[in-house]
Amino acid sequence: MTTSGTESKYEIVTREDFSDVTYLLEVRHPRMARAAKPGQFVIVMSHAEGERIPLTIADFDREKGTITLVIQAVGKTTKEMQRDCKVGTFLHALVGPMGIPSHIGEAKKVLCVGGGLGVAPVFPQARGFKEAGAYVIGVLGFRNKDLVFWDDKFGSVCDELIVCTDDGSAGIKGMVTDGMKLAIEKHPDIDECIAIGPPIMMKFCAATTRPHGIKTMVSLNPVMVDGTGMCGGCRVKLDSGIKFACVDGPDFDGHEVDFDDLMSRLGRYREVEQKATARFEESCHMREEFVAASAEEAKPA
Amino acid sequence: MAPKKRTIRTIPQERTPMREQDPKVRARNFLEVACGYSLEDALRESERCLMCADEPCVRGCPVSIDIPGFIKQIGDKNFRGAYDVITNTNLLPAVCGRVCPQENQCEGVCTVGDSLEPVAIGRLERFVGDMAIAEGWSNVPYVEPSGFKIGIVGSGPAGMACAADMAKAGCDETVFEAFHEAGGVLKYGIPDFRLPNTVVDAELAKLIDLGIKFETDTLVGRLFTIEEMIEEMGFHAVFIGTGAGYPSFMGIPGESLNGVLSANELLTRCNLMHGRDPERYDTPLPPSKNVAVIGSGNTAMDALRVSMRLGAENVHCIYRRSRAEAPARAEEIHHAEEEGVNFHWLTNPLEILDDGKNNVRGLRCIRMELGEPDDSGRRRPVPVPGSEFDFEADLVVYAIGTNANPIIGQTSGLKLNKWGYIATDENLATSIAGVFAGGDIVTGAATVIEAMGAGRKAARGMKRWLGLRDTTEACEEAGGGNRIFGFDLREHGFALVRVPRDASPSSAAS
Repeated sequence: MTTSGTESKYEIVTREDFSDVTYLLEVRHPRMARAAKPGQFVIVMSHAEGERIPLTIADFDREKGTITLVIQAVGKTTKEMQRDCKVGTFLHALVGPMGIPSHIGEAKKVLCVGGGLGVAPVFPQARGFKEAGAYVIGVLGFRNKDLVFWDDKFGSVCDELIVCTDDGSAGIKGMVTDGMKLAIEKHPDIDECIAIGPPIMMKFCAATTRPHGIKTMVSLNPVMVDGTGMCGGCRVKLDSGIKFACVDGPDFDGHEVDFDDLMSRLGRYREVEQKATARFEESCHMREEFVAASAEEAKPA
Repeated sequence: MAPKKRTIRTIPQERTPMREQDPKVRARNFLEVACGYSLEDALRESERCLMCADEPCVRGCPVSIDIPGFIKQIGDKNFRGAYDVITNTNLLPAVCGRVCPQENQCEGVCTVGDSLEPVAIGRLERFVGDMAIAEGWSNVPYVEPSGFKIGIVGSGPAGMACAADMAKAGCDETVFEAFHEAGGVLKYGIPDFRLPNTVVDAELAKLIDLGIKFETDTLVGRLFTIEEMIEEMGFHAVFIGTGAGYPSFMGIPGESLNGVLSANELLTRCNLMHGRDPERYDTPLPPSKNVAVIGSGNTAMDALRVSMRLGAENVHCIYRRSRAEAPARAEEIHHAEEEGVNFHWLTNPLEILDDGKNNVRGLRCIRMELGEPDDSGRRRPVPVPGSEFDFEADLVVYAIGTNANPIIGQTSGLKLNKWGYIATDENLATSIAGVFAGGDIVTGAATVIEAMGAGRKAARGMKRWLGLRDTTEACEEAGGGNRIFGFDLREHGFALVRVPRDASPSSAAS
């Protein structure tokens, strides 16, 4: 008997690989595409024995009935998904949209900062602000030219776009905070900043805007299980107390977040996780060898 | 042989014991602790029921199971008949026989219990439920479709009970569940050694047999709202049974260290996500040698006993009041003690200690003593000055209760009470017409059977609101009997359930 009813429900319709580690999946879920709003996330299980991982919704297409996820292969689950999630395959579970949507307010001039993978979830917010009539300045940060993605997509919703790379191979040489400083110098009237990326980046983004008193919203992605407020695994420390990212967030005022606490808690399964990743890579390696050996054997003598 | 009238003197004096796994063995496995009654055990125990005319046990049952009725069927060796009697009011005997706190309900008011140990009603109920699963019995009555479409939010015990009743009233039902599997707390919370997930699945299968549809991966409120269910999706009525969620923490120093988590998180990782089987499943569990669980309710007992089974060397229970005030069932505390859990009564945590690398190293506590009674009528624990002490722990689990889950409140116009739970009237109707709610999301954390009772109560309210006449209720209102206003209840329009309550069980037995 099954009560999961998830067989063949969430089909992957598009896949795009931005680099060796970053890939995009577009998944069919018409009802979610209708409901999704910028800033929300989903929880995915790629197979029945897998773990539940939260991923921010990078885009949604109400007409096509799809949502888009951008994923970085960092641990066992995301590496396995990179290997297995091909067009025409299905996710075991996909639930959402979760979390409180980002507030696209009255701000007239907005700084939208995305670092690495964070570029994806910032996009729907940038588009939302643009549609609301704001002047949108995009700042995108990548390690190098090869990892750059969606700069063109961003270009279409931004009035100004600054791309930063660590080695200067594309755009300006520097961190997103350097790009932010340029933008803030040029536009002292920025009302709001949205910054999404690795926790350490968001920490420095918040530090960059703090002296200017610019309201800065960050999107947090801590370890979660259910994503509905039931387990408390995603609790984060703010000046105002403990909040759960899944139901009280994922967006929070960056000037209130204790990022050191967040980074420490993100690492709480690191040891188990590293072992799992190592085991997975070992098994992949063995599989490749096996496939290679079989191919060898299959060759006509 | 003419049945002799049983009296307290003629019945077996000793309550029939239930075989249990040896504590030392079971503390390291996830198999069920209590092995259930054999046929002989059940027959013997059934003889202990006095068949009292005033049936205090039925009144003590939140879902009013005809307890003497089903025990009589067991005594007559008509087990299918016993199952039919129970499933008149409770579709999930295998679940309830295991997890109900019978000592506070049916068994707590059992007449036999006045002078001897009460009849083991829960064990008998489980016996019948397990036999039904083994034999593949299910009672799927022919039900006249009523034309009403009902949405149930949450597939835990409240939702399951409400769904079962509404299905019997001919409604077309869909149950929405946010997790990837149905069952709610029965699946993610209650561990397999108390209630195997296979039993939950077997009971869910019976609901599917009744025509109930389950939609998993569906977070109501965010994917669609309660208002949209009524206004756009064509549901004539909605029941919300989403549970409490949102675990509480104490706000003491060290709570964000790695190795501090809620009992809900530990249990979900272990039970629903199978973290205990890392060879096959990917969800990690925190490493733990010395575990401290704060709190002493049923959830705390589950967390303690799960920790034992996950291989912890030392498992401690920290509770600020004394054993007498502990909210867990006596049997659960007893089981945990047998398995080797160390109980620290009258002890309150002050601080979670850090190993310098953001991991838990231990717990600093203070001894308490009982002072004057507080608002709850229990004596208030007060700290004993200078009695602080530390002990080693690498995992600290909070099981001190939950707050209201905010999702439905955030996404609907439903009226909430001052604590954030959904406000209802005495029929469990909410502030939106056609929307009912029950279980933990209305009352705050309670028990499985109370949630089921609430689901059934909401179903009664819902049927009245929809104008569905209910066989059972009509019977009750008419003071029993199978005719009301001169109509036979089995006539079309009145009796939606074709198998009436008083159907001869022998004819139903196979």
